[in-house]
Amino acid sequence: MDSTQLQVMATQVRRDILRQVYNVQSGHPGGSLGLADYFTALFFHFMKHNPSAFSMEANHEDVFILSNGHVSPVYYSVLARSGYFPVSELNTFRLINSRLQGHPATHEGLPGIRVATGSLGQGLSVAAGIALSKKLNKDDRTIYVVTGDGELQEGQIWEAVMYAAHNKLDNMLVAVDFNGQQIDGSIADIMGFDEIGSKFASFGWEVMYMDGNNMDEILTTVPQALSKLGHGKPVVIIMKTEMGQGVDFMMGTHAWHGKAPNAEQFEKAMAQLPETELGDF
Amino acid sequence: MKKFEITAQKDTRSGFGAGLLEAARHDERVVGLCADLTGSLMMDAFQKEYPHRFFQTGIAEANMMGLASGLAIGGKIPFTGTFANFSTGRVYDQIRQSIAYSHKNVKICASHAGLTLGEDGATHQILEDIGLMKMLPGMTVINPCDYNQTKAATLAIAQYYGPVYLRFGRPKWPVFTPENQVFEIGKALMLNEGADVSIFATGHLVWKAIQAGEILAEKGISAEIINIHTIKPLDAEAVLNSARKTRCVVTAEEHQINGGLGDSIAQILARNLPTPVEMVAVMDSFGESGKPEELLTKYHLDTSDVVAAAERAIARKI
Ligand SMILES: Cc1ncc(C[n+]2csc(CCOP(=O)(O)OP(=O)(O)O)c2C)c(N)n1
Ligand SMILES: [Mg+2]
Repeated sequence: MDSTQLQVMATQVRRDILRQVYNVQSGHPGGSLGLADYFTALFFHFMKHNPSAFSMEANHEDVFILSNGHVSPVYYSVLARSGYFPVSELNTFRLINSRLQGHPATHEGLPGIRVATGSLGQGLSVAAGIALSKKLNKDDRTIYVVTGDGELQEGQIWEAVMYAAHNKLDNMLVAVDFNGQQIDGSIADIMGFDEIGSKFASFGWEVMYMDGNNMDEILTTVPQALSKLGHGKPVVIIMKTEMGQGVDFMMGTHAWHGKAPNAEQFEKAMAQLPETELGDF
Repeated sequence: MKKFEITAQKDTRSGFGAGLLEAARHDERVVGLCADLTGSLMMDAFQKEYPHRFFQTGIAEANMMGLASGLAIGGKIPFTGTFANFSTGRVYDQIRQSIAYSHKNVKICASHAGLTLGEDGATHQILEDIGLMKMLPGMTVINPCDYNQTKAATLAIAQYYGPVYLRFGRPKWPVFTPENQVFEIGKALMLNEGADVSIFATGHLVWKAIQAGEILAEKGISAEIINIHTIKPLDAEAVLNSARKTRCVVTAEEHQINGGLGDSIAQILARNLPTPVEMVAVMDSFGESGKPEELLTKYHLDTSDVVAAAERAIARKI
């Protein structure tokens, strides 16, 4: 897809996020909206994957691991729209007997998910394990990882950061969703880290920066990041995003981290995201 | 069957929030720690009134447990707050070594326990926490049944010296215990005296046990209903006295069958007074997303399940 098509898809993904959360009056719209552009670029442009024949082992495929599992609405939307499961299944988000659990899970067999996440801080370690297995298998595909920025407060993240650098896991591209927000407030107020990039750099990672809500910038930065793989270092992109991106009243605050819009707010939000020819679920 | 009046619908976590604030007013040694869930744990009123005694740890539960141990060494009475999963499983060794084995006066306060947290699903719905915590030597494990009792329990543990696990939940739930009822750690509460079957329930399921008692009464069965708010130390005397009288037992809890209240009661009975036991609990499975009441039905923790268990228990009497 080209940039224009990707932007249309990202708008549709945002509509899907809002509808999923609105339907069950529960879930996490804020972080999901902020990540819609990057997820769209990965699933519809960069990743070499096989949605119609999902394989857990992903031999000779790129692998995606979502560490901050609460942004499941954006994940489910791109999985469905890239063909892992029917788009209509988005209607079952967070309902009883659904494969679309509140946080991504393998337990119900949803295609596209390789490990349960939701308890924060664990995904990067799992991704590092996959990176090891790809090296053992002489499989040169890439492991893409997304983590939250608040999530970086978990100590296990830094165990994995240290491990990946020491073990030269140069087949991993991690994007930190640097939206500056978490549940109780802004990262700066809760547990500020002045400059995330320098922390990764001091552990031996290759560090890049990008505006994660600018599709053209994503399309130029990610290839540069990918070209740095294979040189003995894991790569991280500190990706500036806006929580709630695309819906004016959800932006600039942590309030919509885990809150569903009411009917009026839902209408108002959807009105800011033009319908696409892809159609709603 | 005694009548129980519902005086309100309130979440037990709010009982914790109210209790913490009151405990803090009584005792300046009380401090609070929270790992980025202040609103969910209802700790904001405490934070507002005592900002210098509130410690926001960020999303770093293991560190929070260590900090709490250190604060206890310094003579404080730390109350940690996060979801039940992140209060136990995630930090088990930190609790084991720095708090339980070292016998620190830390109160581990855990919200969103069990299935009834609802839509967040199995990653958050820990059903193993009672088992994990009761296995630790010296750990007190408390699971109150409603808002009033959670508030009273919070006040009681502030005055008790030693590590405590206090478990409560997310949804609004019937309030039926008296306001200002004194909470005695380790003392089971007789809710209804009966002759045919003993129902020992804990947490949210105490209300289901009461409803089951009413249905059983209509069927001519007299159920003794006992609220086991303290799972450890368990009130063995209350268990044995009741079982001696009714000669069959039902346990009910929002927890895994392995390691929960049912196991504790079965152990006491097996060692002292072998008695048939039927357990209402989650049968060795994880939970899932859904509405709290739907989940209780699907996982067989509903009123009708308590009734059926009572009938099975009675049929097994020797
Ligand atoms: C181990 C663990 N602790 C706490 C939580 C509760 N929790 C869910 S999301 C969240 C905030 C995450 O912040 P961030 O990673 O910045 O995500 P954002 O709010 O930006 O979407 C917290 C504390 C959790 N899911 N896992
Ligand atoms: Mg964030």
